[in-house]
Amino acid sequence: MAFLKRSPWIFHYDGSSCNGCDIEVLACLTPMYDVERFGVINTGNPKHSDILLITGSINRQNEHVVKTIYRQMGDPKVVIAIGTCAASGGIFAECYNVLGGVDTTIPVDVYIPGCAARPEAIIDSVIQALGILEEKQKQT
Amino acid sequence: MSAIYTTICYVLLAPLVGGLITGLDRIVTARMQSRYGPPVLQPFYDVFKLFGKANLTVNRFHSYYLVCFLVFIVMSGSLFFAGEDLLIVIFALIVADSFLVLAAYSTNSPYSCVGAQRELLQMLSAEPMMLLSAVGLYMVTGSFNVSEIASYGKPLILYLPGVFVGLVYILTIKLRKSPFDLSTSHHAHQELVKGITTEFAGPSLALIEIEHWYEMILLLGMVYLFFAFNPVVGVVAILFVYFIEVVVDNTNARVKWELMLKSAWLITIILGVGNLFVLYFVLHL
Repeated sequence: MAFLKRSPWIFHYDGSSCNGCDIEVLACLTPMYDVERFGVINTGNPKHSDILLITGSINRQNEHVVKTIYRQMGDPKVVIAIGTCAASGGIFAECYNVLGGVDTTIPVDVYIPGCAARPEAIIDSVIQALGILEEKQKQT
Repeated sequence: MSAIYTTICYVLLAPLVGGLITGLDRIVTARMQSRYGPPVLQPFYDVFKLFGKANLTVNRFHSYYLVCFLVFIVMSGSLFFAGEDLLIVIFALIVADSFLVLAAYSTNSPYSCVGAQRELLQMLSAEPMMLLSAVGLYMVTGSFNVSEIASYGKPLILYLPGVFVGLVYILTIKLRKSPFDLSTSHHAHQELVKGITTEFAGPSLALIEIEHWYEMILLLGMVYLFFAFNPVVGVVAILFVYFIEVVVDNTNARVKWELMLKSAWLITIILGVGNLFVLYFVLHL
């Protein structure tokens, strides 16, 4: 169905980000970029959302939180790793408590590099994720 | 016969009109925040998308309560547009709300339960004024029947200005708009998550949205009753009242429940009961 493409609701989780990428995610919602033009709503609830945005690397303390959020989301769903830390662990990759990027814990569909990732790149990744969402819905 | 037609029209058209009003609401809201805003049909896209998502129900009573909720809302609106007793309409609306509260309590989720408690407080704040407006309309027209109130011919707003202002005040509570969107909110708010609708996902959430459109049309119908002497004035009044609600929604932060309850009851007692007192003396002395 084409409606999924017109109404992607996002849920945003901060792994162990420095807040740089978080601010860029929230910047997408401001009048400057206004992603609500495309029907994007920032929900506070994983059960209502289609796209999970994760910023920052995954550490041992939030590993189970990320898994729980992922499980709570209804199918079809996609995960976007925002920023270098979320993609690979970034400069924190070698830390004793850091597992690495988001894909060490849950399957990731779109990676956006950048420190911090630009709002344009984040919007672009959401658009790419919509194509993956549609494919996933066809499979189910 | 015409009652059957209006009822069928309500059941079929209320989701369409309600969805369009919600879409316009979102555009106007966006423009007030100097954003561009989503397309007018965005609420329909959202609902159709939600029907395509997985239905995550917490237990087997969850969906059952939700269907009861929708049935009673549609029944309440149908009775209203069939021109039946206004009191039955209001009581059916209260029963419908109670089913939503039961659905939220049945999940045992903390956010859902907080939302349910706040929904009960919202009902406690809003329902006295709803009943008083029915009483006010009865005092002027001598009938609780919506059809007779609507065909009364005189501008009821001139008899019941206080009751009308009180009704518009609690309309903010009923339409779940700021500053009284305590139980659940259309905007993303992290501290409440989604309140009473937290545990509904996919098709269940779509049903709640459709129910909201039915309820909105019913409440705007009640606003129309005060201006029923002239249909054009009535429609203009509805649009104006809804615009005021959007302005209030965008200029106010959510208040605590104490302030909601106190202010709603104060408005009810001063404007609602005061209006009825004055009306009684004007009509009987």
